[in-house]
Amino acid sequence: MAIHIIDRRLNPGGKSLENRQRFLRRAKSLVQGAVKKTSQERDIKDVLEGGEVTIPLDGMHEPRFRREGGTRDMVLPGNKKFIEGDYLPRSGQGSAKESGPGEGDSEDAFRFVLSRDEFVDLFLDDLELPDLAKRKIAQTESEGIQRAGYTTSGSPANISVSRTVRLALARRIALKRPRKEEIEELEAAIAACTDENERAELVAELEKLKAKSKRIPFIDPLDIRYRRFETVPKPVAQAVMFCLMDVSGSMSEHMKDLAKRFYMLLYVFLKRRYKHVEIVFIRHTDRAEEVDEQTFFYGPASGGTLVSSALQAMHEIVRERFNPADWNIYAAQASDGDNSYSDGELAGMLLTDKILPVCQFFAYLEVGESGGSAFDLSDSSLWTLYERLRSTGAPLSMRKVSERSEIFPVFHDLFQRRETTQEKAAP
Amino acid sequence: MTERLFEGADWDFHTLQRISDACEAVALKDLGLDVYPNQIEVITAEQMLDAYSSVGMPLFYKHWSFGKHFAYHEASYRKGLMGLAYEIVINSSPCISYLMEENTATMQTLVIAHAAFGHNHFFKNNYLFKQWTDADGILDYLDFAKKYVMSCEARHGRVEVERTLDAAHALMSHGIDRYPGKKKLDLRAEEKRAGRRRQHEEEVFNDLWRTVPAGKSKSRSAISVERRRKLLGLPQENLLYFLEKSAPRLAPWQRELLRIVRHIAQYFYPQSQTKVMNEGTATYVHYRIMTKLHEQGRLTDGNFLEFLQSHTNVVFQPEFDDRRFSGFNPYALGFSMMQDIERIVTRPEDEDREWFPDIAGKNDVMGVLRDVWANYRDESFIAQYLSPKLMRHFRMFHLHDDPEERAGIRVDAIHDERGFRRVRRELARQHDVGYIDANIEVVDVDLSGDRRLIVHHRVIKGSQLNETDAKRVLQHLADLWTYDVALIEVDANDKVLREYVVSPRPITAAA
Repeated sequence: MAIHIIDRRLNPGGKSLENRQRFLRRAKSLVQGAVKKTSQERDIKDVLEGGEVTIPLDGMHEPRFRREGGTRDMVLPGNKKFIEGDYLPRSGQGSAKESGPGEGDSEDAFRFVLSRDEFVDLFLDDLELPDLAKRKIAQTESEGIQRAGYTTSGSPANISVSRTVRLALARRIALKRPRKEEIEELEAAIAACTDENERAELVAELEKLKAKSKRIPFIDPLDIRYRRFETVPKPVAQAVMFCLMDVSGSMSEHMKDLAKRFYMLLYVFLKRRYKHVEIVFIRHTDRAEEVDEQTFFYGPASGGTLVSSALQAMHEIVRERFNPADWNIYAAQASDGDNSYSDGELAGMLLTDKILPVCQFFAYLEVGESGGSAFDLSDSSLWTLYERLRSTGAPLSMRKVSERSEIFPVFHDLFQRRETTQEKAAP
Repeated sequence: MTERLFEGADWDFHTLQRISDACEAVALKDLGLDVYPNQIEVITAEQMLDAYSSVGMPLFYKHWSFGKHFAYHEASYRKGLMGLAYEIVINSSPCISYLMEENTATMQTLVIAHAAFGHNHFFKNNYLFKQWTDADGILDYLDFAKKYVMSCEARHGRVEVERTLDAAHALMSHGIDRYPGKKKLDLRAEEKRAGRRRQHEEEVFNDLWRTVPAGKSKSRSAISVERRRKLLGLPQENLLYFLEKSAPRLAPWQRELLRIVRHIAQYFYPQSQTKVMNEGTATYVHYRIMTKLHEQGRLTDGNFLEFLQSHTNVVFQPEFDDRRFSGFNPYALGFSMMQDIERIVTRPEDEDREWFPDIAGKNDVMGVLRDVWANYRDESFIAQYLSPKLMRHFRMFHLHDDPEERAGIRVDAIHDERGFRRVRRELARQHDVGYIDANIEVVDVDLSGDRRLIVHHRVIKGSQLNETDAKRVLQHLADLWTYDVALIEVDANDKVLREYVVSPRPITAAA
């Protein structure tokens, strides 16, 4: 009886992938809730990392008829001192065990690991970039290459061996080039031949065959084929994200942290939609400067507050480096709302005339101290200004945030998939 | 001296071939085993996880619950909470054993001896497997099931199919025929039957029949309750079978799905009844084969010690007050009993002659064991062959826990002259699936009236159903039945302890 041994290790893996996806789809709302909860506790930097989530088993439970309670009999090993008729006191533990040993934890919560992609997908699932199609992403085009059949000329690197050999084979058959075996056979026949005349005949034939095989080459330049590539225009979607932040003395670490979290989310989100995302950090006090990320969040700075300086800086950078026709421009501004009173008019003008027309999206995030009592007071000067612009129809999004946990809901709220966005995007 | 099978821990496919040939020689010649043709497949850890999530089968239909199990196993495996099995073996012909690639050469030898010969022999010869499973047809049937579920999803939508399968899975443990009555299951014919029926339906379909006016229906009330119950085959403990045959509003494809789930449940039924025996047999066989290979000089002493170490781990039985204790280890109990039978057959003591007159001193170890492996299941095996010596060895005792008893848990019997038989009877009962599963059966349904389905749970020893789970399962049952379902828990004296009534969810009624 022969035993078959098969190596299955190279079989495609991921047989359970579909079942897993079905499970995730079914548990979607639960998993999504869990993902949001997990991401709130996490450092936003790690938000992309995937990892373990816990969902309540309710709804994913597979019920069975189970019996419980009643009198129980059991046979156990390892008796040391009991004799028949002994009574063992029930310990508190014993009664707790009755609820089902070994299933306590698994009954009410289900823990499993999500991959990074699954995590981000679920995390951003119901969000949508506003006015995604406003500037038609496909406007900027670059050349990509794709396969397009075969050609008779090309670079040696592109020789298609299989095609070449196939053609050569066809040609050799068509021209009846003698095969190696035929020649060998003939040579053997000559060696075995005793009759002189016949031998001469065979030798002549051999010569003929050899000459023919020399005449008809094994591979002819005619056979050679090259893989052909064609360049095709490929739309490249690229985006630039402007982070504007007030770093004047009135912004506390907490406020900066809130702003940072918001920027991170926006970055993750843009990254998912666009292949290429650039970030420009502009910080400002009473004057603005473009800085790197480290300085942006942690560099010390002090001074007054002139929002217009940042807007002016952004406008200049856009004009110099990011042609609105090629780039999708997103901007998010974070501030505690302070602005010098005299600056209001200039800032408003810059925004409506220069910035908003080229932006896909402009969000203003007003950050406050933890506790949020500050917001009970009257609106800040910047908020008032933006509110006024908004009421005149400027496409501004603005929210107030004072707690870390509010960041995600606010973000979510800003980018929620809306019917109107869809309609606007259609034409 | 014979050539060594391998040196060290590394192996390649030639080594595996040599190992399995050597194991086969011992298994067939020395032990006289009778096995299905073997197919050994080497897989990776990830593939092992895949196999875990589809109850160990190489192919299975798609369902979210398998994804859930996969996610669960994966999480605990990644965290190191759970090791993976060295092998999985499938009761099919050819008998497929999966070996993990990480195993050392010694472990591969152990696993081949264990699975490809031990389990394989048991699958082929045990009466339960012969009666209830069709090793030749199972893989084809699973393939059919997979395709059928897929085609249903294409025709009727994934949500609908999922709902039916969810319900069927909830009732899976009550979709089993416990007593052989009808002919043996032939899964190949099953597959053909389903195809033919579908074809027939399509051929004879004629929409005109719908418009033919129905004659005045006969009064059904004349039919007596007894007659009605008989017509429906009641009482019926196979809930899935009953639904498949009698549920009034199920579509044909839904009935076929129930049938598939039922057949699969039936296929696994013998395994749940023979855990101790199955593992005991396989462990005993691998022990014999490995020892023999070592005696022949084909295993080095070092490799043999490696084997002994993992063998000892496998058959370790913690005591009841040990933190690691979680019931009797089927490997430990099974292996000890097999070895004990060997002892009784070859070196009986007076006690054994008294307890086991049939086999004591018979000297034909393999003959006796092969007979035992063929004709018993866990419950009857323990009831018949657990010897006093072994009960003393394990120091078994029987606890009786009556919640009414204030004094505490009573020690009912211990491993002494007065207790042997009682301990043995109780341990056998613990391994009786019929006794462990809730005893639930359909008792009545009024097809001409409100069509309420009445299901009874016979409560044994005051142990009732878990309420939340019972309600959920009943909901599934009601969804399939599409009318109200009442579950009544009655004790041995027909006293009603509790009653549940569940109505079907409207979505299914509309479907």
